[in-house]
Amino acid sequence: MRLHFEKISHQYDDVEVLSDISFATSEGEIITIIGPSGCGKSTLLRLAGGLEIARSGKVLQSGKLPQGSLNPLTYIFQDFALLPWRTVRGNISLVLEDHRLSKTQRDEIIDDVLSRTSLGEFANAWPRQLSGGMKQRVAIARALSVTPAVMLMDEPLSALDAQTRAILMDDLVSLWTREKFSALYVTHNLDEAVRLGHRIVVLSRRPGRIREIVSIDISIDERDNYPLEMTQYRNQLWELMRDEALAADRELVHG
Amino acid sequence: MVDRINAPVKFRGGGFAPKKIRFTGLIVFAVLIAFWEFGSRTGFISALVLPAPSEAFAAFMELARSGMLVKHLSASLQRVLIGWSLGASLGVLAGISIGLFSLARSGLLPLVSALFPVPKIALLPLFVIWFGIGEGSKVATILFGTFFPTIIATYSGIDNIDRSLIRMGQSFGMSWISIVRKIIIPGAMPAILSGFRISASIAIILLVAAEMIGAEYGIGAYILLAGSLMQTDQLIAGVAILSLMGLAFAWVIGRAEKILLAWR
Repeated sequence: MRLHFEKISHQYDDVEVLSDISFATSEGEIITIIGPSGCGKSTLLRLAGGLEIARSGKVLQSGKLPQGSLNPLTYIFQDFALLPWRTVRGNISLVLEDHRLSKTQRDEIIDDVLSRTSLGEFANAWPRQLSGGMKQRVAIARALSVTPAVMLMDEPLSALDAQTRAILMDDLVSLWTREKFSALYVTHNLDEAVRLGHRIVVLSRRPGRIREIVSIDISIDERDNYPLEMTQYRNQLWELMRDEALAADRELVHG
Repeated sequence: MVDRINAPVKFRGGGFAPKKIRFTGLIVFAVLIAFWEFGSRTGFISALVLPAPSEAFAAFMELARSGMLVKHLSASLQRVLIGWSLGASLGVLAGISIGLFSLARSGLLPLVSALFPVPKIALLPLFVIWFGIGEGSKVATILFGTFFPTIIATYSGIDNIDRSLIRMGQSFGMSWISIVRKIIIPGAMPAILSGFRISASIAIILLVAAEMIGAEYGIGAYILLAGSLMQTDQLIAGVAILSLMGLAFAWVIGRAEKILLAWR
Protein backbone atom coordinates (compact mmCIF):
# COMPACT_ATOMS: atom_id res chain seq x y z
CA MET A 1 0.00 0.00 0.00
CA ARG A 2 1.12 3.55 -0.67
CA LEU A 3 0.28 6.79 1.07
CA HIS A 4 -0.03 9.96 -1.00
CA PHE A 5 0.19 13.40 0.57
CA GLU A 6 -1.49 15.95 -1.66
CA LYS A 7 -0.96 19.64 -1.00
CA ILE A 8 -1.24 19.27 2.77
CA SER A 9 -1.43 22.49 4.77
CA HIS A 10 -2.34 22.69 8.43
CA GLN A 11 -2.83 25.32 11.11
CA TYR A 12 -3.31 25.39 14.85
CA ASP A 13 -5.42 28.46 15.57
CA ASP A 14 -3.50 31.20 13.75
CA VAL A 15 -0.19 29.39 13.55
CA GLU A 16 0.53 27.73 10.23
CA VAL A 17 2.48 24.54 10.92
CA LEU A 18 2.58 22.81 7.54
CA SER A 19 2.41 24.28 4.09
CA ASP A 20 1.89 22.60 0.73
CA ILE A 21 3.35 19.18 1.49
CA SER A 22 3.16 16.71 -1.40
CA PHE A 23 4.93 13.38 -1.69
CA ALA A 24 4.11 9.68 -1.73
CA THR A 25 5.50 6.60 -0.04
CA SER A 26 6.40 3.47 -1.96
CA GLU A 27 6.00 -0.19 -1.15
CA GLY A 28 8.81 -1.45 1.08
CA GLU A 29 10.38 1.97 1.44
CA ILE A 30 11.34 3.83 4.61
CA ILE A 31 10.94 7.57 4.30
CA THR A 32 12.52 9.56 7.07
CA ILE A 33 11.19 13.03 7.73
CA ILE A 34 13.60 15.41 9.33
CA GLY A 35 13.44 19.05 10.28
CA PRO A 36 14.06 21.51 13.10
CA SER A 37 11.90 21.39 16.21
CA GLY A 38 8.41 22.82 15.68
CA CYS A 39 8.44 22.25 11.92
CA GLY A 40 5.27 20.16 12.07
CA LYS A 41 6.81 16.78 11.38
CA SER A 42 4.88 15.03 14.15
CA THR A 43 1.72 16.79 12.97
CA LEU A 44 2.34 15.41 9.50
CA LEU A 45 2.51 11.91 10.96
CA ARG A 46 -0.72 12.39 12.93
CA LEU A 47 -2.38 13.50 9.67
CA ALA A 48 -0.99 10.44 7.90
CA GLY A 49 -2.72 7.99 10.25
CA GLY A 50 -5.99 9.84 10.69
CA LEU A 51 -5.41 11.07 14.24
CA GLU A 52 -5.93 14.61 12.95
CA ILE A 53 -7.56 16.12 9.87
CA ALA A 54 -5.61 18.52 7.64
CA ARG A 55 -7.09 22.00 7.16
CA SER A 56 -6.46 21.64 3.45
CA GLY A 57 -5.12 18.93 1.19
CA LYS A 58 -5.64 15.19 1.46
CA VAL A 59 -3.89 12.03 2.52
CA LEU A 60 -4.84 9.20 0.14
CA GLN A 61 -4.17 5.47 0.19
CA SER A 62 -3.68 3.29 -2.85
CA GLY A 63 -2.72 -0.26 -3.65
CA LYS A 64 -3.27 -3.58 -1.94
CA LEU A 65 -3.05 -4.32 1.77
CA PRO A 66 -0.68 -7.01 2.98
CA GLN A 67 -2.44 -10.28 3.67
CA GLY A 68 -4.10 -10.38 7.09
CA SER A 69 -3.50 -6.71 7.79
CA LEU A 70 -5.61 -5.75 10.81
CA ASN A 71 -4.53 -2.12 11.10
CA PRO A 72 -2.94 -0.80 7.89
CA LEU A 73 -1.65 2.45 9.40
CA THR A 74 0.08 1.64 12.66
CA TYR A 75 1.98 4.01 14.93
CA ILE A 76 5.07 3.58 17.02
CA PHE A 77 5.21 6.39 19.57
CA GLN A 78 8.13 8.16 21.16
CA ASP A 79 6.81 7.48 24.68
CA PHE A 80 6.10 3.79 23.86
CA ALA A 81 2.44 4.11 25.02
CA LEU A 82 2.35 0.75 26.80
CA LEU A 83 -0.39 0.10 29.33
CA PRO A 84 1.38 -0.23 32.70
CA TRP A 85 -1.37 -2.55 33.97
CA ARG A 86 -0.81 -5.12 31.27
CA THR A 87 2.16 -7.44 30.85
CA VAL A 88 4.19 -7.49 27.63
CA ARG A 89 1.90 -10.20 26.35
CA GLY A 90 -1.21 -8.35 27.49
CA ASN A 91 -0.10 -5.18 25.75
CA ILE A 92 0.14 -6.97 22.41
CA SER A 93 -3.05 -8.90 23.04
CA LEU A 94 -4.81 -5.56 23.67
CA VAL A 95 -4.66 -4.48 20.03
CA LEU A 96 -5.80 -7.91 18.77
CA GLU A 97 -8.77 -8.35 21.09
CA ASP A 98 -11.09 -6.15 19.02
CA HIS A 99 -10.57 -8.31 15.93
CA ARG A 100 -12.29 -11.56 15.06
CA LEU A 101 -9.53 -13.91 16.09
CA SER A 102 -9.73 -17.09 18.11
CA LYS A 103 -7.66 -17.40 21.27
CA THR A 104 -5.25 -19.75 19.47
CA GLN A 105 -4.85 -17.41 16.50
CA ARG A 106 -4.16 -14.54 18.86
CA ASP A 107 -1.62 -16.54 20.83
CA GLU A 108 0.10 -17.60 17.60
CA ILE A 109 0.42 -13.99 16.45
CA ILE A 110 1.74 -12.88 19.85
CA ASP A 111 4.30 -15.70 20.02
CA ASP A 112 5.41 -14.91 16.47
CA VAL A 113 5.99 -11.19 17.03
CA LEU A 114 7.64 -11.81 20.41
CA SER A 115 10.15 -14.15 18.79
CA ARG A 116 10.73 -11.77 15.86
CA THR A 117 11.67 -9.04 18.34
CA SER A 118 13.49 -11.51 20.65
CA LEU A 119 11.16 -10.72 23.53
CA GLY A 120 10.05 -14.30 24.25
CA GLU A 121 11.49 -14.46 27.75
CA PHE A 122 9.89 -11.13 28.73
CA ALA A 123 6.35 -12.15 27.75
CA ASN A 124 5.05 -11.98 31.31
CA ALA A 125 7.06 -8.96 32.52
CA TRP A 126 5.37 -5.71 33.54
CA PRO A 127 6.34 -2.58 31.57
CA ARG A 128 7.80 -0.99 34.73
CA GLN A 129 10.36 -3.81 34.86
CA LEU A 130 11.67 -3.09 31.35
CA SER A 131 14.34 -0.66 30.18
CA GLY A 132 13.45 2.00 27.64
CA GLY A 133 14.89 -0.05 24.81
CA MET A 134 12.89 -3.12 25.76
CA LYS A 135 9.73 -1.04 26.08
CA GLN A 136 10.18 0.26 22.55
CA ARG A 137 10.78 -3.32 21.34
CA VAL A 138 7.44 -4.27 22.87
CA ALA A 139 5.83 -1.35 21.04
CA ILE A 140 7.44 -2.54 17.81
CA ALA A 141 6.19 -6.10 18.45
CA ARG A 142 2.72 -4.69 19.12
CA ALA A 143 2.84 -2.78 15.82
CA LEU A 144 4.00 -5.88 13.92
CA SER A 145 1.18 -7.98 15.42
CA VAL A 146 -1.47 -6.14 13.38
CA THR A 147 0.50 -6.55 10.11
CA PRO A 148 0.65 -2.88 9.15
CA ALA A 149 0.90 -1.69 5.55
CA VAL A 150 2.74 1.49 6.53
CA MET A 151 4.37 2.01 9.91
CA LEU A 152 4.14 5.54 11.24
CA MET A 153 7.08 6.03 13.55
CA ASP A 154 7.08 9.19 15.63
CA GLU A 155 10.62 9.75 16.91
CA PRO A 156 10.70 6.15 18.11
CA LEU A 157 14.25 6.29 19.44
CA SER A 158 14.32 9.83 20.81
CA ALA A 159 13.55 8.81 24.40
CA LEU A 160 16.46 6.36 24.48
CA ASP A 161 20.12 6.85 25.31
CA ALA A 162 22.69 6.81 22.50
CA GLN A 163 23.84 3.21 22.99
CA THR A 164 20.31 1.80 23.13
CA ARG A 165 19.43 3.90 20.11
CA ALA A 166 22.30 2.37 18.12
CA ILE A 167 21.22 -1.15 19.09
CA LEU A 168 17.60 -0.53 18.17
CA MET A 169 18.61 1.03 14.86
CA ASP A 170 20.44 -2.21 14.05
CA ASP A 171 17.34 -4.15 15.06
CA LEU A 172 15.19 -2.06 12.74
CA VAL A 173 17.66 -2.59 9.89
CA SER A 174 17.61 -6.36 10.32
CA LEU A 175 13.84 -6.35 10.71
CA TRP A 176 13.53 -4.45 7.42
CA THR A 177 16.07 -6.75 5.73
CA ARG A 178 13.97 -9.79 6.62
CA GLU A 179 10.65 -8.31 5.54
CA LYS A 180 10.62 -5.07 3.59
CA PHE A 181 8.12 -3.00 5.54
CA SER A 182 7.07 0.51 4.51
CA ALA A 183 7.46 3.29 7.01
CA LEU A 184 7.25 6.99 7.58
CA TYR A 185 9.88 7.73 10.16
CA VAL A 186 9.91 11.13 11.83
CA THR A 187 13.07 12.13 13.64
CA HIS A 188 15.19 15.12 14.52
CA ASN A 189 18.30 12.96 14.59
CA LEU A 190 20.40 13.12 11.41
CA ASP A 191 22.12 9.78 12.04
CA GLU A 192 18.82 7.93 12.27
CA ALA A 193 17.53 9.68 9.16
CA VAL A 194 20.60 8.76 7.12
CA ARG A 195 20.90 5.24 8.47
CA LEU A 196 17.27 4.18 7.99
CA GLY A 197 15.88 6.32 5.19
CA HIS A 198 15.65 5.31 1.53
CA ARG A 199 14.48 8.83 1.00
CA ILE A 200 14.88 11.70 3.41
CA VAL A 201 12.32 14.47 3.37
CA VAL A 202 13.88 17.65 4.76
CA LEU A 203 11.34 20.10 6.14
CA SER A 204 11.96 23.80 6.70
CA ARG A 205 11.21 25.52 9.97
CA ARG A 206 7.62 26.53 10.68
CA PRO A 207 5.54 26.53 8.60
CA GLY A 208 7.03 23.22 7.47
CA ARG A 209 7.61 23.07 3.72
CA ILE A 210 9.54 20.41 1.85
CA ARG A 211 13.01 21.87 1.30
CA GLU A 212 14.39 18.87 -0.43
CA ILE A 213 13.96 15.11 -0.79
CA VAL A 214 17.30 13.31 -0.71
CA SER A 215 17.48 9.73 -2.01
CA ILE A 216 20.16 7.38 -0.72
CA ASP A 217 20.77 4.59 -3.21
CA ILE A 218 22.86 2.37 -0.95
CA SER A 219 20.79 -0.53 0.40
CA ILE A 220 19.93 -0.10 4.06
CA ASP A 221 21.65 -3.28 5.20
CA GLU A 222 24.90 -2.38 3.42
CA ARG A 223 25.28 1.17 4.62
CA ASP A 224 27.86 0.22 7.25
CA ASN A 225 30.20 -0.74 4.37
CA TYR A 226 30.14 2.75 2.85
CA PRO A 227 31.22 5.06 5.67
CA LEU A 228 32.60 7.69 3.30
CA GLU A 229 29.46 8.01 1.21
CA MET A 230 27.28 8.01 4.31
CA THR A 231 29.31 10.84 5.80
CA GLN A 232 28.84 12.80 2.59
CA TYR A 233 25.06 12.34 2.75
CA ARG A 234 25.11 13.33 6.37
CA ASN A 235 27.08 16.50 5.63
CA GLN A 236 24.83 17.35 2.71
CA LEU A 237 21.77 17.09 4.97
CA TRP A 238 23.41 19.08 7.72
CA GLU A 239 24.16 21.87 5.21
CA LEU A 240 20.46 21.88 4.31
CA MET A 241 19.33 21.89 7.89
CA ARG A 242 21.80 24.07 9.71
CA ASP A 243 20.41 27.50 8.85
CA GLU A 244 16.85 26.33 9.45
CA ALA A 245 17.78 24.83 12.81
CA LEU A 246 19.62 27.99 13.81
CA ALA A 247 16.69 30.19 12.86
CA ALA A 248 14.18 27.86 14.54
CA ASP A 249 16.27 27.91 17.70
CA ARG A 250 16.09 31.69 17.89
CA GLU A 251 12.33 31.88 17.45
CA LEU A 252 10.05 32.81 20.31
CA VAL A 253 7.64 30.14 21.39
CA HIS A 254 4.07 30.95 20.37
CA GLY A 255 1.35 31.24 22.93
CA MET B 1 39.19 26.94 53.32
CA VAL B 2 40.66 23.47 53.32
CA ASP B 3 44.39 23.68 53.52
CA ARG B 4 44.93 20.18 54.81
CA ILE B 5 45.61 17.48 52.24
CA ASN B 6 43.46 14.34 52.48
CA ALA B 7 40.62 16.11 54.27
CA PRO B 8 37.64 13.78 53.74
CA VAL B 9 34.63 15.23 51.95
CA LYS B 10 31.90 15.74 54.53
CA PHE B 11 28.75 13.65 53.92
CA ARG B 12 25.74 15.89 53.55
CA GLY B 13 23.30 13.75 51.61
CA GLY B 14 20.75 11.24 52.87
CA GLY B 15 17.70 11.75 55.05
CA PHE B 16 14.20 12.82 53.99
CA ALA B 17 13.19 9.19 53.48
CA PRO B 18 11.18 8.05 56.51
CA LYS B 19 10.94 4.28 56.75
CA LYS B 20 8.55 2.00 58.56
CA ILE B 21 10.09 0.47 61.67
CA ARG B 22 8.36 -2.77 62.63
CA PHE B 23 6.38 -3.00 65.88
CA THR B 24 6.99 0.66 66.72
CA GLY B 25 3.32 1.50 66.25
CA LEU B 26 2.31 -1.43 68.44
CA ILE B 27 4.74 -0.40 71.18
CA VAL B 28 3.43 3.20 71.16
CA PHE B 29 -0.10 1.80 71.56
CA ALA B 30 0.92 -0.53 74.38
CA VAL B 31 2.86 2.15 76.26
CA LEU B 32 0.00 4.62 75.97
CA ILE B 33 -2.58 2.13 77.26
CA ALA B 34 -0.27 0.96 80.06
CA PHE B 35 0.28 4.58 81.14
CA TRP B 36 -3.47 5.20 81.03
CA GLU B 37 -4.21 2.08 83.10
CA PHE B 38 -1.49 3.01 85.57
CA GLY B 39 -2.88 6.56 85.85
CA SER B 40 -6.38 5.27 86.51
CA ARG B 41 -5.27 2.76 89.16
CA THR B 42 -3.21 5.28 91.08
CA GLY B 43 -6.01 7.85 90.89
CA PHE B 44 -3.82 10.21 88.88
CA ILE B 45 -6.52 10.06 86.19
CA SER B 46 -9.92 10.46 87.81
CA ALA B 47 -12.38 7.68 86.98
CA LEU B 48 -14.97 10.37 86.36
CA VAL B 49 -12.89 11.93 83.59
CA LEU B 50 -11.69 8.78 81.91
CA PRO B 51 -12.38 5.15 82.86
CA ALA B 52 -9.47 2.72 82.92
CA PRO B 53 -8.85 0.72 79.74
CA SER B 54 -9.56 -2.43 81.74
CA GLU B 55 -13.01 -1.08 82.65
CA ALA B 56 -13.70 -0.21 79.01
CA PHE B 57 -12.60 -3.71 78.07
CA ALA B 58 -14.88 -5.17 80.74
CA ALA B 59 -17.75 -3.12 79.32
CA PHE B 60 -16.93 -4.50 75.88
CA MET B 61 -16.92 -8.08 77.21
CA GLU B 62 -20.23 -7.46 78.93
CA LEU B 63 -21.63 -6.18 75.66
CA ALA B 64 -20.39 -9.26 73.83
CA ARG B 65 -21.67 -11.64 76.52
CA SER B 66 -25.14 -10.12 76.57
CA GLY B 67 -25.40 -10.71 72.81
CA MET B 68 -26.01 -7.00 72.20
CA LEU B 69 -22.69 -6.58 70.43
CA VAL B 70 -23.88 -8.71 67.50
CA LYS B 71 -27.15 -6.78 67.33
CA HIS B 72 -25.48 -3.35 67.40
CA LEU B 73 -22.69 -4.34 65.08
CA SER B 74 -24.87 -6.07 62.49
CA ALA B 75 -27.28 -3.12 62.42
CA SER B 76 -24.38 -0.71 61.87
CA LEU B 77 -22.54 -2.86 59.35
CA GLN B 78 -25.69 -3.34 57.32
CA ARG B 79 -26.29 0.42 57.13
CA VAL B 80 -22.73 1.24 56.32
CA LEU B 81 -22.32 -1.49 53.71
CA ILE B 82 -25.57 -0.73 51.88
CA GLY B 83 -25.09 3.04 52.05
CA TRP B 84 -21.45 2.96 51.08
CA SER B 85 -21.74 0.43 48.27
CA LEU B 86 -24.67 2.28 46.73
CA GLY B 87 -22.98 5.67 47.16
CA ALA B 88 -19.65 4.44 45.85
CA SER B 89 -21.02 2.57 42.83
CA LEU B 90 -23.34 5.40 41.82
CA GLY B 91 -20.45 7.80 42.39
CA VAL B 92 -18.16 5.78 40.11
CA LEU B 93 -20.85 5.71 37.41
CA ALA B 94 -21.48 9.46 37.65
CA GLY B 95 -17.73 10.12 37.79
CA ILE B 96 -17.14 8.09 34.64
CA SER B 97 -19.89 10.00 32.82
CA ILE B 98 -18.37 13.32 33.88
CA GLY B 99 -14.96 12.03 32.80
CA LEU B 100 -16.21 10.96 29.37
CA PHE B 101 -19.11 13.11 28.19
CA SER B 102 -19.17 16.87 27.65
CA LEU B 103 -22.87 17.07 28.46
CA ALA B 104 -22.49 15.23 31.78
CA ARG B 105 -19.46 17.33 32.62
CA SER B 106 -21.17 20.64 31.90
CA GLY B 107 -24.45 19.59 33.50
CA LEU B 108 -23.35 17.68 36.59
CA LEU B 109 -20.04 19.20 37.61
CA PRO B 110 -21.50 22.52 38.90
CA LEU B 111 -24.11 20.53 40.81
CA VAL B 112 -21.43 18.31 42.35
CA SER B 113 -19.33 21.32 43.29
CA ALA B 114 -22.35 22.94 44.94
CA LEU B 115 -23.47 19.87 46.90
CA PHE B 116 -20.12 18.33 47.84
CA PRO B 117 -19.23 20.83 50.60
CA VAL B 118 -22.68 20.59 52.25
CA PRO B 119 -22.29 18.46 55.42
CA LYS B 120 -24.76 15.66 54.86
CA ILE B 121 -25.51 15.58 58.60
CA ALA B 122 -27.27 18.91 58.11
CA LEU B 123 -29.60 17.20 55.64
CA LEU B 124 -30.41 14.34 58.02
CA PRO B 125 -33.70 15.87 59.28
CA LEU B 126 -34.73 16.32 55.66
CA PHE B 127 -33.84 12.70 54.91
CA VAL B 128 -35.94 11.62 57.90
CA ILE B 129 -38.92 13.39 56.34
CA TRP B 130 -38.20 11.95 52.88
CA PHE B 131 -37.15 8.41 53.71
CA GLY B 132 -38.69 7.83 57.16
CA ILE B 133 -37.14 7.59 60.59
CA GLY B 134 -36.10 3.96 59.99
CA GLU B 135 -33.30 2.54 57.86
CA GLY B 136 -34.06 4.72 54.81
CA SER B 137 -32.82 8.01 56.21
CA LYS B 138 -29.67 6.41 57.68
CA VAL B 139 -28.71 4.65 54.48
CA ALA B 140 -29.52 7.80 52.48
CA THR B 141 -27.22 9.92 54.64
CA ILE B 142 -24.31 7.54 54.11
CA LEU B 143 -25.18 7.17 50.42
CA PHE B 144 -25.12 10.92 49.77
CA GLY B 145 -22.06 11.42 51.92
CA THR B 146 -20.00 8.88 49.98
CA PHE B 147 -21.49 9.64 46.56
CA PHE B 148 -19.86 13.05 46.03
CA PRO B 149 -16.27 12.31 47.07
CA THR B 150 -16.37 9.18 44.88
CA ILE B 151 -17.52 11.24 41.88
CA ILE B 152 -14.68 13.68 42.36
CA ALA B 153 -12.06 10.95 42.82
CA THR B 154 -13.30 9.10 39.73
CA TYR B 155 -13.49 11.94 37.24
CA SER B 156 -10.20 13.46 38.34
CA GLY B 157 -8.66 9.99 37.97
CA ILE B 158 -9.95 9.89 34.40
CA ASP B 159 -8.73 13.44 33.74
CA ASN B 160 -5.24 12.42 34.76
CA ILE B 161 -4.95 9.42 32.46
CA ASP B 162 -2.07 9.75 30.04
CA ARG B 163 -3.72 11.02 26.82
CA SER B 164 -1.08 9.24 24.74
CA LEU B 165 -2.51 5.88 25.87
CA ILE B 166 -5.94 6.84 24.60
CA ARG B 167 -4.40 8.08 21.34
CA MET B 168 -2.59 4.74 21.07
CA GLY B 169 -5.87 2.86 21.48
CA GLN B 170 -7.50 4.96 18.78
CA SER B 171 -4.54 4.52 16.44
CA PHE B 172 -4.93 0.74 16.67
CA GLY B 173 -8.60 1.04 15.78
CA MET B 174 -9.85 -0.04 19.20
CA SER B 175 -13.58 0.45 19.70
CA TRP B 176 -14.85 3.15 22.05
CA ILE B 177 -16.10 0.63 24.57
CA SER B 178 -12.75 -1.22 24.53
CA ILE B 179 -10.88 2.02 25.15
CA VAL B 180 -13.14 2.79 28.11
CA ARG B 181 -12.97 -0.73 29.51
CA LYS B 182 -9.30 -1.48 28.96
CA ILE B 183 -7.59 1.91 29.10
CA ILE B 184 -9.74 4.47 30.91
CA ILE B 185 -11.17 2.45 33.80
CA PRO B 186 -7.92 0.66 34.74
CA GLY B 187 -6.11 3.98 34.39
CA ALA B 188 -8.50 5.65 36.82
CA MET B 189 -8.47 2.68 39.22
CA PRO B 190 -5.74 4.01 41.56
CA ALA B 191 -7.69 7.25 42.01
CA ILE B 192 -10.98 5.40 42.47
CA LEU B 193 -9.51 3.18 45.18
CA SER B 194 -7.98 6.08 47.07
CA GLY B 195 -11.40 7.74 46.78
CA PHE B 196 -12.83 4.58 48.41
CA ARG B 197 -10.45 5.01 51.34
CA ILE B 198 -11.76 8.50 51.96
CA SER B 199 -15.42 7.61 51.43
CA ALA B 200 -15.16 4.61 53.80
CA SER B 201 -14.12 6.83 56.68
CA ILE B 202 -16.79 9.39 55.76
CA ALA B 203 -19.30 6.51 55.87
CA ILE B 204 -18.34 5.67 59.47
CA ILE B 205 -18.61 9.30 60.56
CA LEU B 206 -22.07 9.59 59.01
CA LEU B 207 -23.15 6.23 60.39
CA VAL B 208 -22.65 7.43 63.96
CA ALA B 209 -24.38 10.72 63.25
CA ALA B 210 -27.34 8.99 61.59
CA GLU B 211 -27.68 6.46 64.40
CA MET B 212 -28.01 9.23 66.92
CA ILE B 213 -31.51 9.92 65.60
CA GLY B 214 -34.16 7.28 66.10
CA ALA B 215 -32.05 4.15 66.09
CA GLU B 216 -32.67 1.30 68.52
CA TYR B 217 -29.58 -0.64 67.60
CA GLY B 218 -26.25 0.39 66.16
CA ILE B 219 -22.85 1.39 67.52
CA GLY B 220 -23.86 5.05 67.29
CA ALA B 221 -27.00 4.44 69.31
CA TYR B 222 -24.98 2.50 71.87
CA ILE B 223 -22.48 5.35 72.23
CA LEU B 224 -25.26 7.95 72.48
CA LEU B 225 -27.01 5.99 75.21
CA ALA B 226 -23.77 5.41 77.10
CA GLY B 227 -22.99 9.11 76.86
CA SER B 228 -26.35 10.25 78.20
CA LEU B 229 -26.05 7.81 81.12
CA MET B 230 -22.46 8.93 81.76
CA GLN B 231 -21.33 5.33 81.23
CA THR B 232 -17.94 6.41 79.99
CA ASP B 233 -16.57 2.87 80.03
CA GLN B 234 -19.21 1.83 77.50
CA LEU B 235 -18.60 4.98 75.52
CA ILE B 236 -14.89 4.17 75.20
CA ALA B 237 -15.73 0.57 74.23
CA GLY B 238 -18.05 1.88 71.49
CA VAL B 239 -15.41 4.25 70.18
CA ALA B 240 -12.90 1.40 70.09
CA ILE B 241 -15.35 -0.67 68.04
CA LEU B 242 -15.66 2.21 65.53
CA SER B 243 -11.89 2.45 65.31
CA LEU B 244 -11.60 -1.29 64.66
CA MET B 245 -14.33 -1.00 62.03
CA GLY B 246 -12.36 1.74 60.28
CA LEU B 247 -9.18 -0.34 60.41
CA ALA B 248 -11.03 -3.32 58.96
CA PHE B 249 -12.36 -1.24 56.05
CA ALA B 250 -8.90 0.17 55.40
CA TRP B 251 -7.48 -3.34 55.41
CA VAL B 252 -10.05 -4.58 52.88
CA ILE B 253 -9.33 -1.63 50.57
CA GLY B 254 -5.61 -2.25 51.02
CA ARG B 255 -6.11 -5.86 49.91
CA ALA B 256 -8.11 -4.67 46.90
CA GLU B 257 -5.28 -2.29 46.00
CA LYS B 258 -2.74 -5.11 46.28
CA ILE B 259 -4.76 -7.26 43.90
CA LEU B 260 -6.06 -4.66 41.44
CA LEU B 261 -2.92 -2.55 41.32
CA ALA B 262 -0.36 -5.37 41.29
CA TRP B 263 1.20 -3.74 38.20
CA ARG B 264 2.46 -0.71 40.14
